[in-house]
Amino acid sequence: MNQKRKIRVLVAKPGLDGHDRGARIIARAYRDGGFEVVYSGLHQTPEEIVQAAIQEDVDMIGLSSLAGAHMYLFPRVVELLKEKGADDIMVCGGGIFPEEDIPQLKKAGIKEIFTPGTPLAEAVKWVKENVEPRT
Amino acid sequence: MFAKETLQRIEADNKKWQELFQESVSKAPERLERFSTVSDRLVKNLYTPLDTKDLDYAQDIGFPGQYPYTRGVQPSMYRGRLWTMRMFAGLGSARDTNRRFHLLVNEGQTGLSVAFDMPTLMGYDTDSPKSRGECGRCGVAIDTLKDMEILFEGLPIERITTSMTINPPAAVLWAMYIVMAEKRGISRRVIGGTIQNDMLKEFIAQKTFMCPPKPSMRIIADTVEFGTKEVPRWNPISISGYHIREAGSTAVQELAFTLADGIAYVEAALERGLDVDSFAPRLSFFFNSHLDFFEEIAKFRAAKRMWARIMKERFQAKDQRSMWLRFHTQTAGCSLTAQQPYNNVIRTALEALAAVLGGTQSLHTNSLDEVLALPTEEAATIALRTQQIIAEESGVAHTIDPLGGSFYVERLTKDMEEEAFEYIRKIDEMGGMVAAIEKNYPQMEIADAAYNYQKQIDSREKTVVGVNKYITEEELPVETLQIEAELEEKQIQWTNQLKNSRDSRKTKEALEKLGEAAQGDDNLMYPILKAVKEYATEQEICDVFRDVFGIYRDPGVY
Repeated sequence: MNQKRKIRVLVAKPGLDGHDRGARIIARAYRDGGFEVVYSGLHQTPEEIVQAAIQEDVDMIGLSSLAGAHMYLFPRVVELLKEKGADDIMVCGGGIFPEEDIPQLKKAGIKEIFTPGTPLAEAVKWVKENVEPRT
Repeated sequence: MFAKETLQRIEADNKKWQELFQESVSKAPERLERFSTVSDRLVKNLYTPLDTKDLDYAQDIGFPGQYPYTRGVQPSMYRGRLWTMRMFAGLGSARDTNRRFHLLVNEGQTGLSVAFDMPTLMGYDTDSPKSRGECGRCGVAIDTLKDMEILFEGLPIERITTSMTINPPAAVLWAMYIVMAEKRGISRRVIGGTIQNDMLKEFIAQKTFMCPPKPSMRIIADTVEFGTKEVPRWNPISISGYHIREAGSTAVQELAFTLADGIAYVEAALERGLDVDSFAPRLSFFFNSHLDFFEEIAKFRAAKRMWARIMKERFQAKDQRSMWLRFHTQTAGCSLTAQQPYNNVIRTALEALAAVLGGTQSLHTNSLDEVLALPTEEAATIALRTQQIIAEESGVAHTIDPLGGSFYVERLTKDMEEEAFEYIRKIDEMGGMVAAIEKNYPQMEIADAAYNYQKQIDSREKTVVGVNKYITEEELPVETLQIEAELEEKQIQWTNQLKNSRDSRKTKEALEKLGEAAQGDDNLMYPILKAVKEYATEQEICDVFRDVFGIYRDPGVY
């Protein structure tokens, strides 16, 4: 019988921002929610994140940012995935974002943005409903 | 603190009262299943003299300005001088931040505090590929001495003290400040202020790293030694619990890990052969003030008492000033909500009040919009006004330690002290804080507490107004501060211009001298000052450290 494999997620911290409370909590919540989780650790460049995502064969990248550099870093990850022909990996973001940045991030290919106050269960549910393990 | 007979009578009365209470709640049950603090500490229905019977007034509480300083480090506390109102600020370019500093000083702020952008905090210049998109976003961009000169233009640094929140490259930014002052004819013996320079809590919580823990401790010991000899009014370290708490720790963990870091710094300076009373009076502290009002007040009081005991008993300090825990406080950024952001003004006011009732020497109040972006001028002014209202309208600063003697607050103070000392014992057993960090011990303790708290919010065991209760659909929009998109390009050009105009031979020489000193044992502050004077950039200096000492990488545990 062909059992469906688990969803694989890379939780990543792009840029120099050191606020990793949210990223580490969401990594635990994803793990407890039944996903296979890879956590990048801090201070990753978009290039390093994309390389890790491809190497680890993940289905989704969750980017976390709380220091204001998301408008460069998030779209850059999407762009690099495209360049590497890996744009079937979905990209989501979480953290602190001014309201007006959110539609622009979505336009740049970030599938969903999670802001402070999102219950963990909701974040997990969203992934279950929207991410398919790639074959 | 009560006579034996009195306590016996109270014990009997208390028993009767507890029965009365039980009878009352058997008819109408208590409103919560579990009453606990933000840090998940259980709270009793009532505190009485029975809860303080193990305390001795003279030994545990005492008088303000007297050992063990539970009621305050100075005899006069706020009857003499109010705390320093020090708003943490930094945005965009040095010029932009200088404008904000002038505004705050004109509005009655009494100290300066610099927030740097991420590249500056990590020891990179704006033109580094690692800095893309970050310039001026979460603080001010400083690449060279020239930026530092502009940052403080027209500000009275001979009489106002300056705090700089900077860690791995603290020695470099401090050197820039000293050279900037001296170029204005102000001696290094006159300037006053603080550099955060607390790398241990970076590994534990805030996570701006450069070199591994051991060489980081060497650079810090160099700054302490240099400050003791040459910059007598400067606090060369601000031992910080703030970020430990923001990372999700409990109040006791904040207290314990901060003081354990303090112990590690004292030991590093003693290993240098410094006399404890020569440097300890200049060690300063920095705590968080979170929402649980009494727990926070008790934490501040316990911190003062614990540090006095540590310095006297563990390190045999003789000078009273070595035993003083002088501290700055910032209200908890992590307690603010993006939802219904105007509520943040009230949260901040409560947290600021707790810091004042806990006896802080200096205070920053967060702005209502800081959960979204750097604060606007209007929001920062409201935050400053919050402090002024507490100081001058509420009357809480009229008497010293007004909650001293409260059965609840004294019990909490004692319990937190005991629990924090237990953590410190564990860390000692591991071989001290550097060893504990290498085992990821404090990091994982904090991660567990943070996850537990988030689950309590998700299950609504803990209320966050506007987030899991009293939610409104339509919200008032808040205008946020924008950082101009062209800033990064302009800053790169500006620094390049400066690089082209400096005497590059001299800069190179100064950097080589620094490299030699780093490989040996000489105090690094002197060659850093020399390099800064020759307009070496922050990154050029930090690259020397990275080359000699290596780079620390996040272990990425969760």
